Amino acid sequence: MPHIELHLDNIAIDYGSRRVVAGVSLTLQAGETLVVAGANGSGKSSLLRVLCGLQRPSRGTANYLVDGNALRPDHARDLVGWLSPDLQLYRELTALENLRFFAQVRGLAFSDVELTQRLDSVGLKGRGADLLAAYSSGMAQRLRYAYALLHAPLVLLLDEPTVTFDEHGTALFERVIAEHQARGGLLVIATNDPRELRFGDYVLRLGAGS
Amino acid sequence: MKRTTVEHQPHSLPSASLWHASWAVFMKDVRSELRTRYALNAVLLFAISTVVAISLGIGPLAPARNADLRIIQAAMLWVAILFAAFTGLARSFVQEEEARTAAALRLAAPPLAVYLGKLLFNLALLALLVIITSLLAIAMLRIRVGNPGLLVALLALGMLGLVSATTLIAAIIARASVKGALFAVLAFPLLVPLLVVTIQGTDLAFSGFGWDRGILPLQVLAGYTIALFTASLFLFGSVWET
Repeated sequence: MPHIELHLDNIAIDYGSRRVVAGVSLTLQAGETLVVAGANGSGKSSLLRVLCGLQRPSRGTANYLVDGNALRPDHARDLVGWLSPDLQLYRELTALENLRFFAQVRGLAFSDVELTQRLDSVGLKGRGADLLAAYSSGMAQRLRYAYALLHAPLVLLLDEPTVTFDEHGTALFERVIAEHQARGGLLVIATNDPRELRFGDYVLRLGAGS
Repeated sequence: MKRTTVEHQPHSLPSASLWHASWAVFMKDVRSELRTRYALNAVLLFAISTVVAISLGIGPLAPARNADLRIIQAAMLWVAILFAAFTGLARSFVQEEEARTAAALRLAAPPLAVYLGKLLFNLALLALLVIITSLLAIAMLRIRVGNPGLLVALLALGMLGLVSATTLIAAIIARASVKGALFAVLAFPLLVPLLVVTIQGTDLAFSGFGWDRGILPLQVLAGYTIALFTASLFLFGSVWET
C-alpha cells in the first residue's frame, strides 16, 4: 500500500463575499484520522469537497503526497472515496446496477457475485435487485458506503457519515473506519455529532469563517 | 521528505477501458431513459405534434401551387428535427445535475468516457427522432423523394453534426439556472451553418439531383462534424470539471 499524506496550506473557501473557511493549514499522515467539526454552514462539507477535488479552494493549496509525489485532489480521485448527503446515486437503477456501473467506469472488473458481496457487507443483503428509488434513507446511505469503498481508496472522506443511520448502521460506520485505519488509510470525518469526535486523532473546529 | 510534482492524468484508462467506460455510460443512460422516459416522451411528442400541425396547417401542397415547394418541405423537416432535438438532447446532462448524480459520476468516470457515452446516447435518441420525423413528414406532407440515398446520407451526417454541436453545449448549460433559453442561445449560432447546408442538401435530394450535386453539402457536413467533435474532445474536460 502506497504511503499517503495530506497537506493543506492556508486553505480559504469563499461563497461570493462570504468567507466560510479561512486559513486552514495542516498535515495528515497515513493511518491518521481528522475529524472536522462545526455548526451548520461552517464549511465542513465544502472542505471535504475540496479534498475530493469537486471544488477548488478560493485560496491556498491542497495536495496529497503519494510515495513522495504531490497530487492535487482533482488529479487524485482514484485514491479518494467520498460519502456525503450531497452524494446521490441513480434512483432509477437498482443497487446492483449502480455498483456495476461505477465499477465499469472505474475500470474495475468485478463480477455480479463480488458486487453482491459488497452490498451484503454494507447490510443490503437480498436488496441488490431493488430500485434505489424504493430504498429508505438509511438504505441509501448504506449504498453510498458501498460506492465510496468500491475501489478500496487510500483516502476516505466521510461527510455526516451516520446521518439517517439506525444502531446497525452506526455499527457499519464504526467497522468501516476501523478497517480503514487498520489498512493505514487516511480518514477525514466531517460531523456535528459530538459523539464522533472520539474517532479523530485530531479535531479541526470550523466556525465563523475561521 | 523530498516533494516532487508528477504529471498524473486523472482516470487515464487504457483505450480498451475507455471504450468500456464510455459504453457503460451509454448503457446506463439508455437504461435510465427506458425507465423514466424523461427525454424520449418530450422529443417524440414534440416531433409528431410539429409534423402533424404543419400538415394540418398548410395541407399537402401541390407542386403547381408553389415553385419553391421542395425547399419549403426541406426547411420544415429540419426545423421540426431541430426543435424536437432542442427539447431532448440537453436532458442527459441536465438530468445528472438536477438529480445531483453528477458528483458521483465526476468522481468515478473519466471525463472523456462521460462525453463519449453521452454523445452515443444523444446519437441514438436523435436517430430515433430523425427516422420518425422524416417518415411522418414524407407521409403527411406527401413529399416525393427523388434521391432517397442522398437524403439518408444527409440525414445521417446532419444528425452527427447536430449531436456533436449540442452535446458539448448541453454540458455547458447543465448547471445554469435558465437552461432552456441558454441552450437555444448558445446552440443557435453553431447550428445555423449546419441548418443552411442540410436544408439546401435535402432540397437537392427531394428534387432528385444526383450524387455529383449532392456531394458538396455532404463534404461540408462531414467537415463541420469532424471540427466540432475534435473541439469537443479537447474542451469537454474543462467544461465538465469546472
